[in-house]
Amino acid sequence: MALLELQNVHTYYGKIHALKGISVTVEKGEIVTLIGSNGAGKSTTLRTISGLLAPRQGEVSFKGRRIDKTPPHEIVKLGIAQSPEGRRIFPRLTVLENLEMGAYLHSTHSATYREDLERVFTLFPRLRERVAQKGGTLSGGEQQMLAIGRALMTRPELLLLDEPSMGLAPVLVEQIFEIVQMINAQGVTVLLVEQNALQALMIAHRGYVLQTGQIVLTDSAQVLRANEMVQKAYLGLE
Amino acid sequence: MAAEANTQAPLPSGQRSTAEVLRTVFGPVVQLFLFIIGSAVTLGLIVVLLALLQIGTRPDILTRTLTILPQVWIDGMVRGFLFATIALGYTMVYGVLEFINFAHGEIFMVGGVAGAAVGLFLANNELLKGMNGFFFVLLVVGVAMAVSGTLAVTVERVAYRPLRGAPRLVPLISAIGVSLVLQDLVRLMMTNSDLGFNARFNTPDFGKPIRLFEMTLGERPVPVILSPKALIFIVASIVMLVVLNYLVNATRLGKAIRATAQDMPTASLMGINVNRIVAMTFLIGGALGGAAGALFGLNVGTVNPYMGFIPGLKAFTAAVLGGIGNITGAMVGGVVLGFLEAFVASYLSLFTDGALSGAAYADIAAFSILILILIFRPSGLLGEATTQKV
Repeated sequence: MALLELQNVHTYYGKIHALKGISVTVEKGEIVTLIGSNGAGKSTTLRTISGLLAPRQGEVSFKGRRIDKTPPHEIVKLGIAQSPEGRRIFPRLTVLENLEMGAYLHSTHSATYREDLERVFTLFPRLRERVAQKGGTLSGGEQQMLAIGRALMTRPELLLLDEPSMGLAPVLVEQIFEIVQMINAQGVTVLLVEQNALQALMIAHRGYVLQTGQIVLTDSAQVLRANEMVQKAYLGLE
Repeated sequence: MAAEANTQAPLPSGQRSTAEVLRTVFGPVVQLFLFIIGSAVTLGLIVVLLALLQIGTRPDILTRTLTILPQVWIDGMVRGFLFATIALGYTMVYGVLEFINFAHGEIFMVGGVAGAAVGLFLANNELLKGMNGFFFVLLVVGVAMAVSGTLAVTVERVAYRPLRGAPRLVPLISAIGVSLVLQDLVRLMMTNSDLGFNARFNTPDFGKPIRLFEMTLGERPVPVILSPKALIFIVASIVMLVVLNYLVNATRLGKAIRATAQDMPTASLMGINVNRIVAMTFLIGGALGGAAGALFGLNVGTVNPYMGFIPGLKAFTAAVLGGIGNITGAMVGGVVLGFLEAFVASYLSLFTDGALSGAAYADIAAFSILILILIFRPSGLLGEATTQKV
């Protein structure tokens, strides 16, 4: 049984038909990436999984359980965390408070909470230096670290990452992707949405290519990297 | 590399130190008191200055100005805390939903009527006479908070939640509708009961007015008095403001409220049930409004179904003055507006030699503030420049 399974999912924004019947599976332990151009429906897919959008048709199941009618705060409890597009840090809460919000479902008095915090600070030493600073005053890269760290604080089995490289300097981009691999190595399954398709395909096991709300191609990351269409459209290689 | 970082900075335990809690809780309270003193002193200096300007033509004016000044300060405090406690309801709901709950004035009114009903019930059962004043206030305020809080949550569930996601004007119209329905529903209930339209607020005897001190200005000494009811109002408001600050700044619920206010979808991704947080916001705001209603009724002695309208509008003005959505701002805006009103009400007729009746012009002053703030500083006294949600 796949960890996450989307079957023929249709999602709408009002009248706009954003997802036109997509099917995606993610196995435990994988890094799977969704690549595609702007407006292809990548973020919509993640928002549908995390419950922020309800699909009008089709099924989403996590560990064999239907979740397409479950509200987002219940889905978090099941073990899916999302680091949203644009990072969406709580700007007027401190870094520590942002992380505490991630741990909202767990007691902040427990030893495991301290372990979780330690894990985040080990992955992102930068955040430790900034604990008392307001989220809104962080740089873009630091906010991205905080968004991922906050998602990790929910103790997810599946981490949904939406454009973690967006707006970051190239050095930071590489660092973030390394960290995503480290998180995966710690046993967290990752579904990664990226415009930076080359980087994403370097670390992912498998990938899906989205075009205007439909999946046009799926294969192992290695094969996708070599695919002519992918190279032309998304990797910037001629 | 991780180990290095470990030795550099100690791991924050995630627990707040007591000092930190005290700071987050009392920081806003201290700020509030600074604003109280600031408004009192500034406005006091202004009236003294105005008196000095007129002293050539009217030699007694400085004495008359100073004579009523302490009383005006007390009046300003009472009005200020009234507006502050109501304004909190507007600002908390606005913070979370970006929506002005125009029925909040009626939630305040219902609190007043509920308090009067308790007073009447006690009086009818001969329980009032010997009752302990402190216990009476607790009982009346407790009932008013429960009734108004429940009502506010019900209103949200019935009239606002189904409209979430509708254009912003729609819930606003719904709120005005709720406001009218509540006014007339309460009028129906009051006129069909022993309360009557203008219900007396029965209270036990709180004792004589407290003579704070006497001032000797001019020929005879003038006492400065504080009525026990005004004192109850001030003390109860301060207690509520401190408790609210604790709740919002130092508890898990408060953190969830702040996170929901800053970014609702993301808050839900943290596992926060945002609908429950919205309901909690209405409960807290409604309970505060209800308590203010009961204390106000107790202070002025009567309640009626339309008594929420003007205080509601003024509290809204106070919330805008302080920076709508900002909790400390609502309190600060409330007291500043209260002082301004008290000063206009008392001094306008004095300085115009009776040509303009101050009490009637106090409302004009309050709403002129609203217009000026909206034109020149829409973010309010303490409002942060609205951070764009990306």
